[in-house]
Amino acid sequence: MAFGTKRISDLEYLGLSPFQRFLYRLTCFLVSLPGALARGVENGAKTVARFLKIVWRELADLVMTFVNGDAYTRLSYLIMGAGNAARGQYLRAACFFLAQAAFNVYLFLFGWPYLSKLGTLGTVETTKVGRKTVYGDNSFFILLYSLLTIFLIVLFVYLWHSNIRQSRKSYEMKKAGKHLATAKEDLASLLDGQFHKTLLALPMAGITAFTFLPIVFMILVAFTNFDKTHQPPGKLFTWVGLDNFREMFTTSTSRYASTFSEVLTWTLIWAFFATFLNYFLGMIVAIMINKKGIRFKKMWRTILVMTIAIPQFVSLLYVSKMFASDGLINSYLLKWGWIKTPLPFWTKASWARITIICINVWIGIPYAMLICTGILMNIPADLYESARIDGANAFQAYVKITLPYMLFVTGPYLLTSFIGNINNFNVIYLLTQGSPKGMELESPAGYTDLLITWLYKMTVDNTEYRLAAVIGIAVFVLTAVTSLIVYNSIPSVRNEEDFQ
Amino acid sequence: MTQTNRSSRAPGSEMSLSKHERNTNTAIYIVLSVISAIWLLPFIFLVLQSFRSYLTENGGMVNYLIPKKFSLDNYQFLFSSECNFFTWYLNTLEIAAICAVLQTMIVLSVSYALSRMRFRGRRLIMNLILVLGMFPGFLTMICLYFLLRTLGLTQEGAIPGLILVYVASSGMGYYISKGFFDTIPKSLDESARIDGATRFQVFLSIIMPLSKPIVIYTALMAFMAPWADYVYASYVAFGKPDSFNVAVGLFRWMVTKDYQGYFTRFCAGGVLVSVPITALFLVLQRYYVEGVTGGAVKG
Repeated sequence: MAFGTKRISDLEYLGLSPFQRFLYRLTCFLVSLPGALARGVENGAKTVARFLKIVWRELADLVMTFVNGDAYTRLSYLIMGAGNAARGQYLRAACFFLAQAAFNVYLFLFGWPYLSKLGTLGTVETTKVGRKTVYGDNSFFILLYSLLTIFLIVLFVYLWHSNIRQSRKSYEMKKAGKHLATAKEDLASLLDGQFHKTLLALPMAGITAFTFLPIVFMILVAFTNFDKTHQPPGKLFTWVGLDNFREMFTTSTSRYASTFSEVLTWTLIWAFFATFLNYFLGMIVAIMINKKGIRFKKMWRTILVMTIAIPQFVSLLYVSKMFASDGLINSYLLKWGWIKTPLPFWTKASWARITIICINVWIGIPYAMLICTGILMNIPADLYESARIDGANAFQAYVKITLPYMLFVTGPYLLTSFIGNINNFNVIYLLTQGSPKGMELESPAGYTDLLITWLYKMTVDNTEYRLAAVIGIAVFVLTAVTSLIVYNSIPSVRNEEDFQ
Repeated sequence: MTQTNRSSRAPGSEMSLSKHERNTNTAIYIVLSVISAIWLLPFIFLVLQSFRSYLTENGGMVNYLIPKKFSLDNYQFLFSSECNFFTWYLNTLEIAAICAVLQTMIVLSVSYALSRMRFRGRRLIMNLILVLGMFPGFLTMICLYFLLRTLGLTQEGAIPGLILVYVASSGMGYYISKGFFDTIPKSLDESARIDGATRFQVFLSIIMPLSKPIVIYTALMAFMAPWADYVYASYVAFGKPDSFNVAVGLFRWMVTKDYQGYFTRFCAGGVLVSVPITALFLVLQRYYVEGVTGGAVKG
């Protein structure tokens, strides 16, 4: 290669053809990979070191506060809120005290019995004594409530720590003769200085309970044998280490590995076409609609936007039936004598895949068109004007001006759209439910299944939760790696403070 | 010099250009008309088939498009007592309306706090949401189901259960409205705070009035999503037709059940669902466009 690994100047870069530029960028990226990895490891190590340092400092601080503090501060190590109460901050004291009481009640009456069984996920089988079922341990709830308890313990430690900090601070402030916040001021600050706490408390609680906790739960399920033969409450499940990953990714035990690579390949092909085909076609449509002299701009746009407005389960289900072997398209083609047998839109793997990509163009162009429209109007008109004077035709202007500008500005959109397409459940499931199925594929996967629809079918149809969890982790890795690579190679580095 | 050059060349080139331009424009009109036809035809087909008589013709799929006899059989069936469609419709409407209100409040709270305020743990929260967002949503389905079942919010209680699921995690979709808040100059807040306004007052009386587009966008998205949700709705309401939403009910007609008997009824149901949603969407289209285009550029 003419330009090996050495950096070239801007002037030289501009002299390269687009293909050479791409090669150059790719080479640079690949060359920078080892360095980036090393930096990543280094940063990780630094973060851990910093974290340990903070923990150490806080621990030392706790000891010093205990030694130097007054009796009430010392008491607040045991009874939360004691320090605040002694300084007259009764509201804070009451909150701390109630939190402690509630936590203790929860831990000893509810949390601990579950948490103590986390190591085995339960040992007492459910048995039948005569006609009566005697329920034993429920592995599912042991895992779930253990996690909940761990979350609450972390929260409690945080509260306990801030109780001690506050106790010391109020002690010092009182000694220095400063004014301590009264209950009224505390409440008022929730709408002012501490307004973010008011705003975030409920949403974050929701995210923790309904997203964070379940995700950690499912990650852990990937390391258990929770499937249809180990369903609580009838049966127990337990930890199995990396067995599920081995089953999914090695070829010896089952066909899962080959199915996985088949599904993964199709997922990537699909995401690529669904993103870039829609993007370029949408851009072309947007350019046509926005061209000077074209009338009824609003009408064209509205017609296209209809596919966004109509709920997908109506439009996609209908379209999927249109292409069925007894559907409208096939029956008309038969009636007109153009074909002898129905076209296998949904029954042959390659046909189904191509049909899906084409139908997705129908769904996707409007989005891309809307996004491109706004940005196209921002391209300075004099760029085109001077290009025209220099003798460039419309196509050249498109390749040299429109395309680079659009790609630069919509980089983040392309990334989110690619990731969205990896997880595009609706289009696949409503059109084909993943079918056609094949002999080579492990059930319940079909040839148009994405990882996400496979995961869904694995959960709902086969109740193979452990393998579904493995697929979920795989999707996460795929998404995270894609994002990292793209973010590192996107030219525009975003700095959020720049906007304000 | 260049100025005179350009103006002297202009008249001649304009004439030849306009001819060329006219040809291009004609081609574009043709392409756009074809595209519009492709985009509209499925919907026209849908409406046509919904009017096919169920009693005198076939209720399944047939090999002709225009009904021999137009009738309202299918619509009558939807509202008759042998079918739950009306219940499904009300269920979905209820979910959508409540979600539109609650989700908007939550999304705006989160995005305002993350956009305007600087506090300890802000980066942590944003990174946490980013990482959580990289996990596929359905991964947690089974866990959520058991959570809801413990709370008694499945099957008969599916509607509050679904609202809880939709609303609880909605704070994760703060990106677009945060991007919007980021563009409002901070100096506005600062001058108000110098005048003695609290953060809450700034939020309520300065930022909110400026945020009408993003409020409408968020509410519109929250309102439309429940109409199309099949996955959670079918899982949570499992086996209790009274708790279905329209997506689950109609999907089951088409895929699980024998669709040949329900095809035209599905079309009629689809029309009844689509018409109000589409009308609402088209009326508020401007806000939608502002939302997606703003979000695309800022990521």
